[in-house]
Amino acid sequence: MLHVALVFAPLLGAVFAGLFGRVLGDGASRLIACGFMTVSALISIVVFHQVAIEHETVVIELMTWMDSEAFEVAWTLRFDELTAVMTLVVSVVSCLIHWYSIGYMAHDPHVPRFFAYLSLFTFAMLMLVTADNFVQMFFGWEGVGLCSYLLIGFWFDRPSANAAAIKAFVVNRVGDFGFALGIMAIFLVFESVDFATVFAAAPEVAGSSMVFLGREFDTLTVITLLLFVGAMGKSAQLGLHTWLPDAMEGPTPVSALIHAATMVTAGVFMVARCSPLFEYAPDTLMVITVVGASTAFFAATVGLVQNDIKRVIAYSTCSQLGYMFFAIGVSAYSAAIFHLMTHAFFKALLFLGAGSVIHAMADEQDMRRMGGIYTLMPLTYAIMWIGSLALAGIPFFAGFYSKDIILEAAYADGTGFGDYAFGLGIVAAFLTAFYSWRLLFMTFHGRVRAEPSVMARVHDAPKIMMIPLVLLSLGALFAGFVAYGAMVGEGSGFWGGSLFVLPENDTVAAAHHVPFWVKASPTVLAVAGIGVAWWFYIARPGIPPAIATMHRPIYVFLSRKWYFDELYDLAFVRPAKRIGHALWRGGDGRVIDGFGPDGVSAAVVRLAHRAARLQTGYVYHYAFAMLVGVVGFVSWFFYAIGG
Amino acid sequence: MPTVHAVPDLAPALPEVILAVVAMALLMLGVFRGDGSTRTVSWLAVAAMAVAGFFVITGPSDGVVTFSGMFVVDRFAVFMKVLVLIGSALALVMSFGYLRDEGMERFEFPVLLVLATLGMLMMVSANDLMALYLGLELQSLALYVVAAFKRESLRSTEAGLKYFVLGALSSGMLLYGCSLIYGITGATDFAALSAALSGGGEVPIGLVIGLVFLVSGLAFKVSAVPFHMWTPDVYEGAPTPVTAFFAVAPKIAAVALFLRVMMSPFGGLVSQWQQIIVVVSIASMVLGAFAAIRQDNIKRLMAYSSIGHVGYALVGLAAGTAEGMRGTILYMTIYLVMNVGTFAVILNMKRAGAMVEGIHDLAGLARSRPLMALAMGIFMFSLAGIPPLAGFFAKLYVFLAAVNAELYALAVIGVLASVVGAFYYLRIIRIMYFDAPSEVFDAPVASEMRVILAAAAVFTLFFFAYPAPFLAGAEAAALALVR
Repeated sequence: MLHVALVFAPLLGAVFAGLFGRVLGDGASRLIACGFMTVSALISIVVFHQVAIEHETVVIELMTWMDSEAFEVAWTLRFDELTAVMTLVVSVVSCLIHWYSIGYMAHDPHVPRFFAYLSLFTFAMLMLVTADNFVQMFFGWEGVGLCSYLLIGFWFDRPSANAAAIKAFVVNRVGDFGFALGIMAIFLVFESVDFATVFAAAPEVAGSSMVFLGREFDTLTVITLLLFVGAMGKSAQLGLHTWLPDAMEGPTPVSALIHAATMVTAGVFMVARCSPLFEYAPDTLMVITVVGASTAFFAATVGLVQNDIKRVIAYSTCSQLGYMFFAIGVSAYSAAIFHLMTHAFFKALLFLGAGSVIHAMADEQDMRRMGGIYTLMPLTYAIMWIGSLALAGIPFFAGFYSKDIILEAAYADGTGFGDYAFGLGIVAAFLTAFYSWRLLFMTFHGRVRAEPSVMARVHDAPKIMMIPLVLLSLGALFAGFVAYGAMVGEGSGFWGGSLFVLPENDTVAAAHHVPFWVKASPTVLAVAGIGVAWWFYIARPGIPPAIATMHRPIYVFLSRKWYFDELYDLAFVRPAKRIGHALWRGGDGRVIDGFGPDGVSAAVVRLAHRAARLQTGYVYHYAFAMLVGVVGFVSWFFYAIGG
Repeated sequence: MPTVHAVPDLAPALPEVILAVVAMALLMLGVFRGDGSTRTVSWLAVAAMAVAGFFVITGPSDGVVTFSGMFVVDRFAVFMKVLVLIGSALALVMSFGYLRDEGMERFEFPVLLVLATLGMLMMVSANDLMALYLGLELQSLALYVVAAFKRESLRSTEAGLKYFVLGALSSGMLLYGCSLIYGITGATDFAALSAALSGGGEVPIGLVIGLVFLVSGLAFKVSAVPFHMWTPDVYEGAPTPVTAFFAVAPKIAAVALFLRVMMSPFGGLVSQWQQIIVVVSIASMVLGAFAAIRQDNIKRLMAYSSIGHVGYALVGLAAGTAEGMRGTILYMTIYLVMNVGTFAVILNMKRAGAMVEGIHDLAGLARSRPLMALAMGIFMFSLAGIPPLAGFFAKLYVFLAAVNAELYALAVIGVLASVVGAFYYLRIIRIMYFDAPSEVFDAPVASEMRVILAAAAVFTLFFFAYPAPFLAGAEAAALALVR
């Protein structure tokens, strides 16, 4: 009962706020939504204790969903250690963001709609993480996608928000198509979509091959690659990442909850959940390592030159997701989930802090029009420092523990791919620290660049927004320190059977025995990054423009985000538009309408005209018609019977 | 051995006897009292039809034959006679106002209608080729006269003459067909024919040719393509109440006769005549749908509409099964109501004392006469066959019968034709509801018209709620026909 309430309380909140929002009014609907969400968050703590600490796996079958001969799917909630961590993160962060939103969205005319979407999202996310089979997971997967679309386009009167929402939806469709194909392949091979059945049968299937697109491939490699395509879409990995920065068009709490803390990590969770499949597909793991490391590096470089405060954090999210994926690629699933958890806290914190700044600066998001406000909003300033320190991986903050174990695991992997990931990860760590402090310095320090009228009203956010920030900053401060031993410590049995690692792939265990320089280098580079940022933006503010002009091609390349959008526009969007236009004008207009509705109606009119002309008014014509009729029938019968 | 009577048993033919006697009595009354007695004569005629109807319902209905087997009364005859009498009586009632306003109040009109109705009852009960022809001609002769009843109108006279000339031609064909059939089989009695033809074996070609001629004659009477050409001209030319009458009673009687002739004596030759009926039915549905699209005269439009509807009714006959007969009988029942209602509206299309007939004269009716427009809208939707109105069920049952008889092409073409046909019905609704209003029609609407309009609209609208009695009646009638 408790477990069911954990998942369904947000749905109730969404229903109340969504369907009865107009009746209830803004105040009541947001309180109801926040109330249900708080209930869910409190339960998630209890459940976490029961499942993750006491190691008591709970499976609740709610009802049969589909039952069609061989294909059986049930609505089932499954709580194991992995799920418990995810529900805790999702519910608690979502709860804090719900409360934060009361302050942030106070002046919006569509408050009930916002809270309905937010609660609905949380429900879908909880369905995703508690799924016991692939189809239910897909339900949650699509549910979060839908809510993400709705919330990115929440301010529907902005064309840019609508465009961003559609972009997110379409790009995710590519990934979701891969995921759906993966599920179909799983059913084809395993004849089941239940996790337990599929995972148990994985070792037997390993090494077999199947025909895909007319050629023969290793079965599990095909399946896991398809699943990974799905994860790439949802988690904005290189190639399918283009929607994430644009998704910042949504309200900032949405960016914090969906596009930083929870939904974008669904891909990481899904791959970790399917670790029993991925472990038997080493080729896929290599691909994941390369894609993840490349994403971590790519996004960090683009983050260097962004001027929109939310976009910087968005690229940082993209980059951190890359870390999680290459951790998975080197079989360090526990490290990936560990980083997922710490990241959820400090990235939500950063986004909400940025939200406070934006809120205070009269909805200004461009860092070039900020600056010099740290005295005016000290609490926000402190919070941004905590978030940035955690992100950069400065010792004893949350990110330090999780990022280091990932990099150490990558080093311990010992393969070329692991080294590639380690190298890029180290560089990205330096870049991360640099752009984080660039953000801090540009936003809070230096010359005041905003209008005086704006500056006059700069202030710390109200309590309703600050309390969630403080609670999240506790997470950013201590989550790593507290959970390190349990989640990735040596010989820890925390994960039970929920994550599966082949003994020879156990890089997390090996990560504890890497050379000291490996352990120290991320921290050293992070501090160096901070120092360079200080040098560039505080000590010598003239340097960055000078570098930008000196190496203009590189600067433009980075600020155009490696030309991904332009490339996709050229390769997909424009041809698709051209094809669409041709099909619309030529196919639909000329062929379907021409021969269909328009052609038929024109033919009817012509026929009607002719039919009416038959009626001449002359009796002898009429008599002739009758005789022709009789003669026709008679001849017919002579022919049919006589002949 | 059937009992031989010196005087035939008149009891089964009591309604016909009553109508015949009343017709002669009313003629005498009119002759002696002059045109001033028209109102009295008219109401007496309506009363006579009601009495006849009463005796039809209470009389025998279990296949009694009389007049040496030439006259039969079974459930089918009873059902169809009631429909015919209702149609005739309503048409007569609806004509009162028109005849008065147009200065056509002559006592011959109701008498002619009674005689025509008598002929129709005879047709429905015909059990012999001779009786068939007798009833048909009695009806037709009366109809030729009423078509030309507006003597000073060129169009009316032309209509009567055209109808007469073409009717004579069709009668000739019919008689030729009868003679061929008699020549081959040596019988005119339906029972004898049926017995002679049920033996199986090779069907003589002469008999089939005779049947073709017989069918052609009957198809003329129901105005099925290609024997329909008279219909638009006569409908348009004849005085409107006459058109209303033409559209219901004679059509029902002719369809009834058609059903009986096809099923009773020639029931064994279904596979032979089915082909003709299918062709005629398709041609009627298609022509009725297409040709009506360009009509601007509402009476002409209703003529094409009736051609189309006969096509649908013949779908049931083409099936050649009890289910098909039931469909056709039900179709004619619903057709009767829809047409009476539509013509009640058309008879009220009067502006400054003059009748108007253009469909654009209906423009804006929804605002000037919302209730009348609503009723007309219901009839149009129903004629178009849009659920849940009665017209939809009419079509549904015949198409179902066709499908069950494996006449898939016929059913599909029928459905497509009804889609095309919907165009002009919906066009009238569009004109009534969306076009700028033209001048208002003359008020007030006579009270008998209001009642007829309301009753027809209610029946059409709520038929779906309680169709059981009509279905059961049609079922019983159909079973009397198919043995």
